[in-house]
Amino acid sequence: MGRYVGTSVKRVEDPRFIQGKGRYVANIQFPDMVYVAIKRSPEAHARITRMDTSAAAAMDGVVAVFTGQDFKDGGCGSLPCGWLVPDTKVPDRPIVVTDRVCHVGDSVAVVAARTPYIAADAVEAIEVDYEPLPTVVDARGAMDEGAPLVHSEIENNVSYHWALGDQEACEKAFAEADEVVEIELVNQRLIPTAMEPRAAAAQWDAASEEMTVWTTSQNPHPIRLLLSAFTLGIPESKLRVISPDVGGGFGSKIFHYPEEVIVPWVARQVGRPARWVATRTESQMTDSQGRDHVTVAKLAMTSDGTFTGLDVETWANQGAYLSTFAPLIPTALYITLLSGNYKMPGVFGKVHGTLTNTVPVDAYRGAGRPEAAYLVERLVDLAATRLGRDPLDLRRQNAIPKEDFPYQTPVAFLYDSGDYDRLMTTAADRADYAGMRQAQAEARAEGKLRGVGVVCCIEASGPAPSAVAGSLGSAVGFWESGEVRVHPTGQVSVFTGSHAHGQGHETTLAQVVADELGVPIESVEVVHGDTGRVNFGMGTYGSRSACVGGSALVRSAEKVRAKVLQLGAHLLEAAEEDVVYDRDTGRVHVKGSPESGKDFGELAFAAYTAHNLPEGMEPGLDFVSFYDPANFTFPASSHICEVEVCPDTWEVRILRYVAVDDVGKVINPMIVEGQLQGGIVQGVGQALTEIGAYSDDGQLLSGTLLEYAVPRADLLPGIEVDRIETPSPHNPLGVKGAGEMGTIAATPAVANAVLDALAPLGVTHIELPLTPERIWRAVQAAGNGA
Amino acid sequence: MFPSQFDYHRAASVAEAVELLSSLPDAKLVAGGHSLIPAMKLRAAQPAALVDIGRIPGLADVSADGDSLVVGALATHAAVADSAAVRSGCPMLAETAAAIGDIQVRNRGTIGGSLAHADPGADYPAAMLALGAEITAVGAGGERTIAASDFFVDILTTALADNEVITSVRVPCVAGGAYLKHRHPASSYAVVGVAACVGMDGGNVGSCAIGINGVTGKAVLAGAAAAALCGGPASADRIAAAAGRVGDAFDEPLGDLYASGEFRAHLAGVYTRRALAVAAERAG
Ligand SMILES: Cc1cc2nc3c(=O)[nH]c(=O)nc-3n(C[C@H](O)[C@H](O)[C@H](O)COP(=O)(O)OP(=O)(O)OC[C@H]3O[C@@H](n4cnc5c(N)ncnc54)[C@H](O)[C@@H]3O)c2cc1C
Repeated sequence: MGRYVGTSVKRVEDPRFIQGKGRYVANIQFPDMVYVAIKRSPEAHARITRMDTSAAAAMDGVVAVFTGQDFKDGGCGSLPCGWLVPDTKVPDRPIVVTDRVCHVGDSVAVVAARTPYIAADAVEAIEVDYEPLPTVVDARGAMDEGAPLVHSEIENNVSYHWALGDQEACEKAFAEADEVVEIELVNQRLIPTAMEPRAAAAQWDAASEEMTVWTTSQNPHPIRLLLSAFTLGIPESKLRVISPDVGGGFGSKIFHYPEEVIVPWVARQVGRPARWVATRTESQMTDSQGRDHVTVAKLAMTSDGTFTGLDVETWANQGAYLSTFAPLIPTALYITLLSGNYKMPGVFGKVHGTLTNTVPVDAYRGAGRPEAAYLVERLVDLAATRLGRDPLDLRRQNAIPKEDFPYQTPVAFLYDSGDYDRLMTTAADRADYAGMRQAQAEARAEGKLRGVGVVCCIEASGPAPSAVAGSLGSAVGFWESGEVRVHPTGQVSVFTGSHAHGQGHETTLAQVVADELGVPIESVEVVHGDTGRVNFGMGTYGSRSACVGGSALVRSAEKVRAKVLQLGAHLLEAAEEDVVYDRDTGRVHVKGSPESGKDFGELAFAAYTAHNLPEGMEPGLDFVSFYDPANFTFPASSHICEVEVCPDTWEVRILRYVAVDDVGKVINPMIVEGQLQGGIVQGVGQALTEIGAYSDDGQLLSGTLLEYAVPRADLLPGIEVDRIETPSPHNPLGVKGAGEMGTIAATPAVANAVLDALAPLGVTHIELPLTPERIWRAVQAAGNGA
Repeated sequence: MFPSQFDYHRAASVAEAVELLSSLPDAKLVAGGHSLIPAMKLRAAQPAALVDIGRIPGLADVSADGDSLVVGALATHAAVADSAAVRSGCPMLAETAAAIGDIQVRNRGTIGGSLAHADPGADYPAAMLALGAEITAVGAGGERTIAASDFFVDILTTALADNEVITSVRVPCVAGGAYLKHRHPASSYAVVGVAACVGMDGGNVGSCAIGINGVTGKAVLAGAAAAALCGGPASADRIAAAAGRVGDAFDEPLGDLYASGEFRAHLAGVYTRRALAVAAERAG
């Protein structure tokens, strides 16, 4: 282990954040800037029969008003979808609609004005008449015979069907099963709710014909590519996309959004810099949302509790249009995870991606994997109940043994490494599981509704081998770039194609490179988020930045070391095999005589003066690597949650939450713990409070934070986080993803605990979120309670 | 989140505020701004002018006056929650103020604004009803006092005239009171809030009042439940039986995404039972 990797180095980004010195898109300001505001559809599905922008255009301070036709005529292409499974039907998604709106919040017209206040007034002054059309909002109902069509050319509202697994083995498992448990559940829609709303700003230089776009994106390079190739049509060489400090994304800031096209287009059109910042209400109705599955599934087992098969059918709501990676989430990131942490020969899943009059659905923290984990872990609990077995015990019985790694599941993935039994026993020890069960028995004897939830979950993180992604439908590759540029003084600039929006890459990637080179961390600066400074990179999502982005930097650092070593040997007049690169000090010296060596800084300087280089060596010290991972990495977790349900208000109180995770090697324990804690809170939010709900006519019922309940600190006691480490053999750092594991495991952990608490009342299933009323109704339906 | 255009006036006195309200078309008072400004940012409210009373001297005082407390209209929720006079004289009022929103809201929001706004999920109204508070307001025709039971007319509607300014609230000191709420997980407003007052007469309950907000468009008194508790001991059984009568107070329970009217009515029963038990214990 190096000096920095494995230690809780304080985050270098925090001083600027806690002093209010972060630089966000909303801080981008130019003297003659225009403020963009967007007229949004209040209708979920309607034909626009009349639009009158004249009053808005005539208002004092309004610079311009544009309609969908203006954008079309002005060369804006529709938003593409970047992941297409076979036979995907892709509805056209214009930047601004021309004649028909398909969800509440669809963009209808655009205003540019001298102040944001005037822009908002002008938006209100635009008159639009709508002729309402029939709506459909439900993932499964969308496929019903006679359901209204979101896009008339797409039959049955089906964008795609997809299936994976060993259907024969699955059928055999059910034919031979001693026991089968079944479930039908909804994985409810969630609204990501990053602290910072989405925003975009743009500046056009008419002389050089260069456009700079600032956007709240998790991946500026893919956005530049899409702007250039599809939507805005400015060559990549003339287009610079900058994602400065970004206040949280959780997936919702991966995608290419209309506003990223609208703002630069307007800036060029009016010849002034332009900026748009979403209001919270706009965020709720336009940021791509998460989850929204209806699933029917069953689990087959033998009488001794051995799982033999899992059969899953899911209807995945994709919303009104296909967001950038929408079809990926319920296919290659969901069905592939259905084997969970268990040995099951007969896993088979199929999914129907349907279109509805709702906001598009795409990746949200965990993306597909939480949906799989919640389903599998509920089924396992139902199996334990059926068999009269302890749920932890049944999980341990079926867990893939550590000797079986790498483990090939029936649903495509090859799990890299793990020790699920140790994970679960560590969690059980840490939680005093036996003591919790004892306390539960005592509480029950007093009439209390105490429950314990146990889960063991899997994640696929660090996407992805590019060829594999391509074969599954991706239009892009998922490698990452990393450049290590040593300056003549020995200072180091690190350029990563990944992007930090809360994860702390400026700290962790500096730790990695400082250790690789043996230089002080203070001399390593991490640069990201600017296509003008950083090589093409794929950005941050899927818990990939350490696995893929970090690995790319290791490769570049290795190249730096090799060159420095060669140069050092030359200057020390020794053979290369006789010198060593001391990674603790960054010095190159002759073996056995450290005092004879040369400092990293001296050698860097020598590389740039180039007065005395070995034969054939180029001057300079700067290396780029493009790292394509050999496989995903597979973090795992075992969480134990203890709850009590109040027997008259039906509120859930979490008494303890213990999380033991295996995210492989840990670069910075403090940051990993922060990622897990934050992730867990979001998972608890899905379990207890959050729901993105639509009325049948497509109105968003949780359109503001007065209705949409993001979890607050008082929802949870202190989370107890612990870990085990099984290094990933696939990447040089041995790391696995840490950003999403908490979210994936927390939802089923809490749900299992609550249903365990309610078991004495005969309740076996409640749809999420487990609000007091839903619990009250379930208890009543089971014939119990007040 | 950009309000439409409005003019801003700062009143130096109550008289000036009344004068501005009377003369300016479509003017509204602003005090703490924690109900009005959010509504304006959503453009749900678009007043042509705001009359800021926030800096009128003397209007934020909280003091004891014999068996009553007099709370100035500009007293913030935090000031009421922290006031020694309130905490000793009428613990339930302090408890109600402390249950409102979060720290920022309590530091800005005022009792006058909360009562005038009359949000169905606001916390003060139930307490005002149960305590039998009196609201003093000044209008063009001078000062008048309105009983809490006459004050709340309908959802977001009170007995105040357009140009009347609440100046203070007189609250009787009641030892045996309690306010409990079921907090909305998103807004933190009351899904149900129950204010219960119990006065003991020997071993029996001599007086009882129960105010409930959150369930219907305006806060209501649960008269039947309160009457059911009087005339006997405050035993757990009698409290439960009384609480079982709260449903009589609701003609049309409100529902939302989080809690239907039916569930709110259920919660009202639970919180009434709990609040009565605490109030009776405090009554001694
Ligand atoms: C995030 C958040 C959470 C909240 N949670 C809660 C909660 O849990 N419980 C709760 O009860 N409230 C809650 N509130 C509301 C808060 O208590 C408000 O402060 C209060 O409702 C209004 O008081 P104000 O002084 O801010 O009034 P303002 O917003 O300034 O005014 C509100 C209305 O009252 C009128 N008005 C103000 N003062 C007077 C006066 N003296 N005479 C006549 N009319 C007047 C105004 O014209 C306006 O119509 C919350 C608010 C927010 C923003």
